[in-house]
Amino acid sequence: MKRIIQSGSVPGVEERLRALFIRGLNGDAVAYRTFLDDLTGHLRGFLRKRIYYLQDDIEDVVQEILLAVHNSRHTYRPDEPLTAWVHGIARYKLMDFFRARSRREALNDPLDDALEIFATSDEEPADAKRDVGKLLEQLPDRHRLPIVHVKLQGLSVTETAALTGMSESAVKVGIHRGLKALAAKIRGTA
Amino acid sequence: MKTEDLISLLSTGVTPVDTRVSARRFGRAIVLGGLGALVLMAVMFGVRPDIAVVSRTPIFWAKFAFPTTLAATALFLVVRLSRPGTTIGKFWAMPAVPVLVVWSAAVAVLCLASPDARMPLVMGYTWRTCPFNILLLSVPAFVAVFWAIRGLAPTRLRLAGGAGGMLAGTLATMAYCFHCPEMSVAFWAVWYLLGMTLATLIGALLGPRFLRW
Repeated sequence: MKRIIQSGSVPGVEERLRALFIRGLNGDAVAYRTFLDDLTGHLRGFLRKRIYYLQDDIEDVVQEILLAVHNSRHTYRPDEPLTAWVHGIARYKLMDFFRARSRREALNDPLDDALEIFATSDEEPADAKRDVGKLLEQLPDRHRLPIVHVKLQGLSVTETAALTGMSESAVKVGIHRGLKALAAKIRGTA
Repeated sequence: MKTEDLISLLSTGVTPVDTRVSARRFGRAIVLGGLGALVLMAVMFGVRPDIAVVSRTPIFWAKFAFPTTLAATALFLVVRLSRPGTTIGKFWAMPAVPVLVVWSAAVAVLCLASPDARMPLVMGYTWRTCPFNILLLSVPAFVAVFWAIRGLAPTRLRLAGGAGGMLAGTLATMAYCFHCPEMSVAFWAVWYLLGMTLATLIGALLGPRFLRW
């Protein structure tokens, strides 16, 4: 019963987030940012209920899922429910997290209900234990520089290319591969 | 780094995303994997000398249709399993259809054959090597298909690996048809299927190791 009541607004959330996400896929950075912000709240709510005995790790897992959502956003098809797609990623990353800690309890956790991913939201961030910024610094220049200039300092690809002496396509590829490498680094330290 | 900084990092400077990556990657993997299998087949085993003659017979194309239909179902499954949140449900039964058709044909052929002709129909001349030849030919497709899956986002790694292995094995079997002299449906029903099944199992074994992201 409780679940049904909590899920009452889930279709509305799905619709809203889906619209934002699709605009993000078309290159709308503002919509994409709003999507990530909202998603973060939902992820926190989702995770706090499931790994309550590991509250300290929640922010790390949230960040890992956000990066995973970003890195695999080309696999979303607009005719499919976003809820199921996000849940698939969140579940995969959470299982990965459990595996990394060989938590047998993971097997008993009710992770199967896709609808619940948007059922609760939590805006309160806790501190992340792992520093993604430090991991970013460990990336090789061809990955790190494009990310720092384009994604952190907000320069354009052309400006970054001029600044670093890389070609524009190398900058684009560097961002793409660099974020994947960053996710791999996170996995290595989990 | 705080989560809000990460969000800002991720959303800054985003460009439109090409959502046809999946089709492109699997297209490339099939072409490269298939060509690789053909070249390996020609170099290692050789195209059968009577190919010009047999390629005009329906039975040759019936044989070729067996791995081809399985390859199509494997492709369908692996494309789905490479994306998060997709369900497979009843689609699991798809590969069973070509297998059941070939099995039925094999049973019919064996029933019609005289008792002492049945064993040779099943074992042919090459049963010892057939499944392993198929596995050998599947190596290029294995690499190509796993590369394609890795560029997407599989979340059920064992299943995705199994479907990928099946695609590699079926592509290899298609290539192997151009060498293999066996023309008995009972032979394909056992030994071709064994080769493709082994490829599927190896894929399922390798999936969790090589498809993690």
